[in-house]
Amino acid sequence: MGSIKLTATADSSQQGLSIEAHAPFDEGHVLQHLKHYLPTQGPLKDFIHHNSLHAFQQLTFYDAIFKASKIFGYQSTLQLTEFRELHSTGRIKDGILQRVILERKGENAVAEWKGKLLQKEYDTCTTPRIGTLRAGWKEYYMIDLDNAVQPLLFRILCSYLDQGIAIWKFPLAEGGFLSSIIQLESNSFASFFKTKRAKELLLRGNFEIKELLEIVVGNEAYYEQYLFDQQFSHRGWSGIVSNIEEAPHGLLDRRKISLRELIIFELLLEIDALYDQLGNAWKPLSNSISAPPENLLADVPQTELHEVLRIWQDAFEQSYYDGVVAGIIGEKHKKNAPTVARSFQAMFCIDERECSLRRHIEYVDKDCETLGTPGFFGVEFYFQPQDGKFYDKLCPAPVTPKYLIKESEVMEKRAHEALYSSGTHSFFAGTLSTFTLGFWAAIRLIQNLFSPKMSPAISDAFAHMNKSGRLSIENKGLEDRENELQVGFTVKEMATRVEGQLRSIGLINHFASIVYVIAHGSSSANNPHHGAHDCGACSGRPGSVNARVLSFMANHKGVRAILQSKGISIPEETQFVGGLHDTAADQIQFYDTDGLHPANAKAHYQNLAAFEQALDLNAKERSRRFSSINTKMSLPKVRKAILDRSVSMFEPRPELGHGTNTLCIIGRRDMTKGLFLDRRAFLNSYDYRTDPEGKLLTGLMRPIGPVCGGINLEYYFSRIDNYKLGAGTKLPHNVMGLIGVANSSDGDLRAGLPLQMIEVHDPVRLLVIVEHFPDVVLNTIQSVPEMYEWYINEWVHIMAVHPETGRFYYFREGAFVEYTPLTKEVGTVKSIIQLVESAKEMETNYIVDATKENLPVYSIN
Amino acid sequence: MPQLLQLFILLPLVGFFISLLLPRKNERVIAGLAIGVAVLHLLGAIAFIGYWLLNDYPVLDVKQLTVYQTEHLEIFVDFYFDKATAVFAFVGSLLTLLVALFSRSYLHRDEGYKRFFSTLLLFVIGYNLLIFSGNFETLFVGWEFLGICSFLLIAFYRDRYLPVKNALKVISVYRLGDICLILAMWMSHQLWHQNITFAQLNDAGLVSSHWQEAGNYAFFIALMIVMAAAIKSAQLPFSSWLPRAMEGPTTSSAIFYGSLSVHLGVFLLLRTYPYWGDVLGIKILIIAIGVGTSMIAASIARVQSTVKTQIAYSSITQIGLMFIEVALGWHVLALIHFAGNAFLRTYQLLVSPSVLSYLIHNMVFYFTPKKEVRQSRLMNSLYILSVKEWNLDGFLHKTLWSPFKWIGKQTRSLSNAIALLLLAILLAAGVYFYFVTDQSNDFTATYLPFALAIVALMLILGSFAERQNAKRAWLFIMGAQVLITLSIGLLHEEFSATYMLMYLSGAILASIIGYACLAKIASSEKDIDLNRFHGHVYEYPGTAALFLIACLASAGLPFTPTFIGIDLLFSHVGKSEYFFIMLMAISFVFIELAALRIYARIFLGQHKKQYHPIAYRSS
Repeated sequence: MGSIKLTATADSSQQGLSIEAHAPFDEGHVLQHLKHYLPTQGPLKDFIHHNSLHAFQQLTFYDAIFKASKIFGYQSTLQLTEFRELHSTGRIKDGILQRVILERKGENAVAEWKGKLLQKEYDTCTTPRIGTLRAGWKEYYMIDLDNAVQPLLFRILCSYLDQGIAIWKFPLAEGGFLSSIIQLESNSFASFFKTKRAKELLLRGNFEIKELLEIVVGNEAYYEQYLFDQQFSHRGWSGIVSNIEEAPHGLLDRRKISLRELIIFELLLEIDALYDQLGNAWKPLSNSISAPPENLLADVPQTELHEVLRIWQDAFEQSYYDGVVAGIIGEKHKKNAPTVARSFQAMFCIDERECSLRRHIEYVDKDCETLGTPGFFGVEFYFQPQDGKFYDKLCPAPVTPKYLIKESEVMEKRAHEALYSSGTHSFFAGTLSTFTLGFWAAIRLIQNLFSPKMSPAISDAFAHMNKSGRLSIENKGLEDRENELQVGFTVKEMATRVEGQLRSIGLINHFASIVYVIAHGSSSANNPHHGAHDCGACSGRPGSVNARVLSFMANHKGVRAILQSKGISIPEETQFVGGLHDTAADQIQFYDTDGLHPANAKAHYQNLAAFEQALDLNAKERSRRFSSINTKMSLPKVRKAILDRSVSMFEPRPELGHGTNTLCIIGRRDMTKGLFLDRRAFLNSYDYRTDPEGKLLTGLMRPIGPVCGGINLEYYFSRIDNYKLGAGTKLPHNVMGLIGVANSSDGDLRAGLPLQMIEVHDPVRLLVIVEHFPDVVLNTIQSVPEMYEWYINEWVHIMAVHPETGRFYYFREGAFVEYTPLTKEVGTVKSIIQLVESAKEMETNYIVDATKENLPVYSIN
Repeated sequence: MPQLLQLFILLPLVGFFISLLLPRKNERVIAGLAIGVAVLHLLGAIAFIGYWLLNDYPVLDVKQLTVYQTEHLEIFVDFYFDKATAVFAFVGSLLTLLVALFSRSYLHRDEGYKRFFSTLLLFVIGYNLLIFSGNFETLFVGWEFLGICSFLLIAFYRDRYLPVKNALKVISVYRLGDICLILAMWMSHQLWHQNITFAQLNDAGLVSSHWQEAGNYAFFIALMIVMAAAIKSAQLPFSSWLPRAMEGPTTSSAIFYGSLSVHLGVFLLLRTYPYWGDVLGIKILIIAIGVGTSMIAASIARVQSTVKTQIAYSSITQIGLMFIEVALGWHVLALIHFAGNAFLRTYQLLVSPSVLSYLIHNMVFYFTPKKEVRQSRLMNSLYILSVKEWNLDGFLHKTLWSPFKWIGKQTRSLSNAIALLLLAILLAAGVYFYFVTDQSNDFTATYLPFALAIVALMLILGSFAERQNAKRAWLFIMGAQVLITLSIGLLHEEFSATYMLMYLSGAILASIIGYACLAKIASSEKDIDLNRFHGHVYEYPGTAALFLIACLASAGLPFTPTFIGIDLLFSHVGKSEYFFIMLMAISFVFIELAALRIYARIFLGQHKKQYHPIAYRSS
């Protein structure tokens, strides 16, 4: 078994990024550094989950979090007191803790370390390195530069980047941000600046950051540290500027801006504030500083506290993992009923929110089979809704598609809401509307409160694509292109995608007569973060078009012929049917059912009833986490209450998104079919028998790190430090320029997830479980360095299940070692309904209370 | 029938006290109580208004309760009801109910769930006290409560810097409005020698004879009323506080700054119209404020790129128009305008988060890109000015606060020992001359009181500008209050020891409690400099609450004897003593601000101990 370590490459890339504080200032270099560490979240309309500490990903997890904590002051794990409480409540199991200490410290040190973990007092306060230099202004000159500069800076940035809130838009100039400001300032009686000096500097143009830093800071050795202090005092705005610079297409109304321009403008505003408040009575900051410049990014020495926290975190994670392993082993011993003729098959997204729906549909119709696969269903393209002026990317974010699918023949017109019209904010129309719309608003508010309904103001998952529209899926000829994209796929291209999709999930024979392809999306009201609830594999959008496209392709005669020649023979009576599951409202819509053969149409009609029942049960299961719903109500009532939540303006939690995600299981459904995993598992279907050498496994596992790992880590960090790495509570959020949210009129943009999305989440790293021979899995993860980094650096855990023996192998420090769970047997439940009805709701969202809501693994009898 | 009016205050009052007793975690009961109160209030309002309409809608006035009485002066609670009250009561009750319903789910699991609903009930008390008030005293009590609710709701997320900073900013401006009202009250005491009721103002003969006899003084009263109204309704030049107040949960921004609170300036004008309605100068002033505000706020609204600030400025624009309507005597129109604007802005604020998906979706279908925009020099200037909010924020800061900060800073050079010594000498002199000698000469009757008042003001400003020791700042306030009382005692014989005791009883007790709170924090946390925010509420929530009550009590909030003391105190300063009254007024503005500043810096903001997640300063 090869256990090559890839740390060499990781080290070298780390070196490339370390700064030598006394080196001459290199603008390009410093800008690159800054961008590396700034948050990468783009404009909110597309929400792509990613590791909040992506900048530290070349380090191992623990090194990274402790280093990030020291540099930027982030909280990096739960607090020591919280761990101790979790231990005393039994959530962290004592046996597991014992074992973690033993494995890490050796037998002789167990007692000593247990004492440290449980009793020893530590100073757990962090004092970050960032910000110390720039604090000098307050210390030596009693001037609060942040207060003097930030409100106006944010206001101007937001006005410039604004996508459509302001009625009077920023007068743009061709050259970008600074050019636009110069154009304004050079032809105006008023000025953003208070002093002539700063305005002159601006109008002179041609600036170098270095020149301005010389005025503000003075000594070159401090420049980099100063810029870090400055930009990280508002990491949200700096991050979005850096993101838009790199990916201007993230904005519908594009803007040219760069981090460099932001820094120059901010320095000018600082100079302005300094002259305005201090006159000439100030010198560059470095004149007052006696401490040598600090290397912010220098390594952080290991401390005993780090070690203690690390052991606690490991024990916290393994206390959950252990039950999962025991549960899956238990499943292996259950006698599975022999495979019968399938009533239907249904593909779902691997999303952990579909985990429960699959369980319920299997329960309602015992003969059906469900499969999991990333929700873009292997078809990558841009989608243009009818009359749409833009293309939506419908595939994972890193992929750049070459195809375009256009919607046409939609009859319905999009409705409007007068209360959102910009006229209500103007002088004349605004006056008119207060006398008219004002009273309509009162009626609307009463409607919203007492009978919430879908409206144009609510983001509706089903409105992403019109059910009755036509899609240009088949290419009409290679000259049919738009903006360098090919309209539709050729038959051959379609066949390749269908084959790839079917093979990856092992669905190459035993086709049922109907194969459903069910994507997901999420409807929610009054929620700027709605994109975070849609399908991650579709760049944060509903996957309805993909479901419909794959079904069309798989039903295509030409495609089937090609598949036949490749050994996948789909019976003629088999038909694929696309659908979309609204994970907030718990509703499913099916597409193109007119084309079903009479026999299939009849079967589909019956299946609809089964889906409805499954949705009822799914709604019931979800309702246990919503205090507004009494879970013991009748199924239709619970279902209605769930539907209402998704269209209620007053409901900040239409659903809980990916909260609680912890597992990613790649293998046959039999492994987990009889388990209650509490909607915590990404389930990817894969049959090792159809892929003995693991050729397909590589492709299948490549996105697991960035997609599932990214989601998991974003939840981890937003849960651990909701103030700095999360977006804080949603309740005071103010939408800024349609690109993000801030807490108030003058605040910094808040990247990360809001409190309402993460409070159910246990901050536990993702555990990937792959059903294949350990050496095959090892070869697979090592075959791609970027993929290997996730595992070798422990950002994500991975275990291999030996498909023949059912034994588990845990990947540690480069090799798979056998893992025997301490848990002998998991609990069993007779009925999910009972379990759900008896489960308690959290008392508060404090982690020790909140985690009680997350149920352990149960075996279903 | 008029006897029923008090129920509109008593109902939320009872609700508020019950809400304080409820367990923090029981959301159902907390929200249920507030909603119950709101439902009863609304039904009561509808029934009452219906009955009132059927009885030919008379103007009602009832003297409810005498709080304090001497031979010269009677302080009493008075209720009043007319069409303005009817509309404000109905709209207020309805919106309170709707917002309470909205908040029930919206605030689920918020750490301040109970705090929010208790404050909401306190707000209902203040609002109704104000709109049902029949005299300035009653109105003022409601007005004060609203100010405190504002502070509490803006600083709702008290562990972050910006909410706390902005709460202080808003309360500073509000405080100025309070003092305008106090001055108006003071002058009217002087002129009428009684607590004038709004019902009496309807007597046109009385009012006009009054204007003829004492035109300048009457003008002063009207001016103060207009200024208080302009401040409360965010009119020029005070507009910039409104967008900065949008720091609390969206629902509180909606009811406070979208609808009810911000329209109370309009209400004040409606209520006092009989008093100034025939005076051209005042009417022109109000119209000028209204025109100026609506034009400028409309231009600022056009460039706002954030949803909530856009709504704030659109609302200010409409309120400017309401000012004009009131001045022109179009009161029914103003009332309809108020209702429409209140509903519209509340709704827009409540659904403001959904603007992102709605407008982005619209863009997908209707967007046409513009490459380059060139504007004339004038338009460029207008654009820049509008983005900078016409420098209103900086203007207020520079003109209103900076001079006082500067004066306050001058006290810093005094060492603690010298300050204490000087204070002791002054106090001793004051006490000596008040109690021991008879006050006949110029020195004791004129110069000494002035000296004491000036030193008191210096102390208060010193406290306001203090950056180091919180305890010292607090002692300054305490000392200042004793000096103020003494100085009035010396100035006016009839301001007896009983009055002084009345004034001091609340303030001194509060000061001692407050000092104990600070001492407790100081002993365990060592440094309690006022140079930064400490956020100690995280570890000492109980002490923080106690200290807040002490602050409010020492500032003479209408639940303490100090409040009556202040009222008495003002009634004893004659109308010719401008300089003295200015000193008093400024002192009272800054006592509350200095006290709240200490509260904010010690207990609110980012917690200085970083063993748990702490917010960024810029959030």
